[in-house]
Amino acid sequence: MTADAPARSGRGSAETATERLQRLLALVPYVLNRRVADMAETAAAFGVSERDLVDDLNLLWCVELRSPDPYCPIDLSYEGGEIVVSEAEAIGRPLRLGVDEASALLIALRMLSELPDVGEHAALARTIAKLEAAAGAAAGPSAQVAVQMDDVAAQAAVAAVSDALSRGRRLHIRYYVPGRDEATERDVDPMRLVVSEGRSYLEGWCRRADAVRLFRLDRILAIEVLDSTADVPADAEHVDVDHGLFRPSPQDVHVVLDVGPSGRWVAEYYPCEQVSDLPDGWLRVQLATPDTQMVRRLALRLGEDGRVVSPPELAEQVLADATAALGNYQ
Amino acid sequence: MSRRKTERLLSLVVCLLSARRYLTASQIRAAVPGYPDSFDAFKRMFERDKDELRELGIPLETGINSGDDEAGYRISRQAYELPDIRLEPDEVAMLGLAARVWRQAELAGAADGALLKLRAAGIDPESLSQPRIEPRVKTAGPAFGPLWEAVRDRRPVTFGYRVPGRGAPLLRNLEPWGVVCRRGRWYVVGQDTDRAAERVFRLSRIEGPVSFAGPAGSVSVPPDADVRAAVHDWDREASPHMCVLKVRAATGHGLRRYAERIEAASEAGWDLVELGYSDTAWFSEHIASFGADVVVLEPSDLRDAVMGRLKGVLA
Repeated sequence: MTADAPARSGRGSAETATERLQRLLALVPYVLNRRVADMAETAAAFGVSERDLVDDLNLLWCVELRSPDPYCPIDLSYEGGEIVVSEAEAIGRPLRLGVDEASALLIALRMLSELPDVGEHAALARTIAKLEAAAGAAAGPSAQVAVQMDDVAAQAAVAAVSDALSRGRRLHIRYYVPGRDEATERDVDPMRLVVSEGRSYLEGWCRRADAVRLFRLDRILAIEVLDSTADVPADAEHVDVDHGLFRPSPQDVHVVLDVGPSGRWVAEYYPCEQVSDLPDGWLRVQLATPDTQMVRRLALRLGEDGRVVSPPELAEQVLADATAALGNYQ
Repeated sequence: MSRRKTERLLSLVVCLLSARRYLTASQIRAAVPGYPDSFDAFKRMFERDKDELRELGIPLETGINSGDDEAGYRISRQAYELPDIRLEPDEVAMLGLAARVWRQAELAGAADGALLKLRAAGIDPESLSQPRIEPRVKTAGPAFGPLWEAVRDRRPVTFGYRVPGRGAPLLRNLEPWGVVCRRGRWYVVGQDTDRAAERVFRLSRIEGPVSFAGPAGSVSVPPDADVRAAVHDWDREASPHMCVLKVRAATGHGLRRYAERIEAASEAGWDLVELGYSDTAWFSEHIASFGADVVVLEPSDLRDAVMGRLKGVLA
């Protein structure tokens, strides 16, 4: 493992005796399975400093049982940055996976195998089978949790994106923007496929916007792999998937909207900056949007269950939109 | 303090794993350093130690050796040890990908714990610095944790649930069968014991804490229960109604995608679009959102519903 390892709390005052025990029970088989383990690598794999690792090794080496005769069940050495365990008695194998541990991996693997096959399904199926066999009964409850992926509509898009990524080609897409009810044509240099909250996105350098953009695969109306080579600028940055895919920008318009009891879903569906309760089950939500067209359409959808509070010119636009639409029925 | 406890627990695990026979409390006290001298104090500490080991998933067994009359303890190696697992490089890559899924979500710690044990078993999940796929799951909200525990341990739960448009949340009693994420939203499926029927609840509509309402093992999941299908049915029905819309040219793409038929209208600059829908109320909101670009020609109840929406904006 490298610096890419997930941040773990590590040592320190917060670590409990049982958390440390779990690490010690994994440390001995970790070293045994590698015959000789590098100090620095081992510390990184366990998310601790080398100093803490030495403390762990000393603790293991000091274990002594007193009866019937005193003996030390664990013998090990660490010299010149290398760890060797020569005697491990009973703790030479890692502890079985717990239900939560087995479930976390199995649920994730099954979710991945719901994505359209881009050459990984066979490996996924083998991994699931081996993990299920190793986990035994602990694998059972994971079947009761499922993360379902988008509809099959996105399958053709996944295949094209995957093909373009592996061959380093540019994509041409026809993309639907529901907020503006527009179908746009763009050339995109693909960077990766992002799967978040059950939806898949193409992340790429959009040549029309000259910026990194995410495109929801189920909104790609048509996709074509071009012959030209993809050219992602060296300074293009990945979207930070761990802190929300859509983040406010300084150019965003801040909109305040009141929604009635039937419009409370708005607070769930859109990332809101603020939500507060009003009388009679109404909510006041504040959202940041790069495009007020989306809010105008939302306000029409909400009808009497929604009211744009500010900005005032947006509220007037909504009234004009509704008047124009009703004019079609005269 | 904590170091001494770690030492004591580690010695206890090694001692019980090495034992060929059940060891009585007195034998354990004699073998494992770090317990207090008073027998009562020892008993209390030993009880807590046993609980903590079991919480870690260490299979501590109780039993009596033949010929003895006092119960003792041991840890069976077979029950303790992770069976041999060997993975090909492409399988290891899949494992590395799977472990990334929960980052920032409820089971992130469990995924790390699993990876730690697999690394201990000799597997090195390679770091994927530039993976072509970046998968994530989010379990927003506090309800996921207790509901997962309830499903895992087969315990009934109660929680407050708010149905949109129905005012105050109501207390619901549920025997949960499973938790499903669909289109990024989490649902729990189970037997609603007040209504004596299968029900689906959206986690984001649960208000306040989820409480356990019975012991572990007291829920039985019907063998034919299909939690994924239940959420799918709840989420989407067939399209039993047809409508005819007048749609301005080069607009209404969100409707045209699902059209059965599109033809030019007699009026220039407009198309006639025919498509199916299931829920009149929801679909009328959807059409209203297109404003002056879409007009309902038939059926009349949909036309009235859309006009009602638009008048509501002006009300």
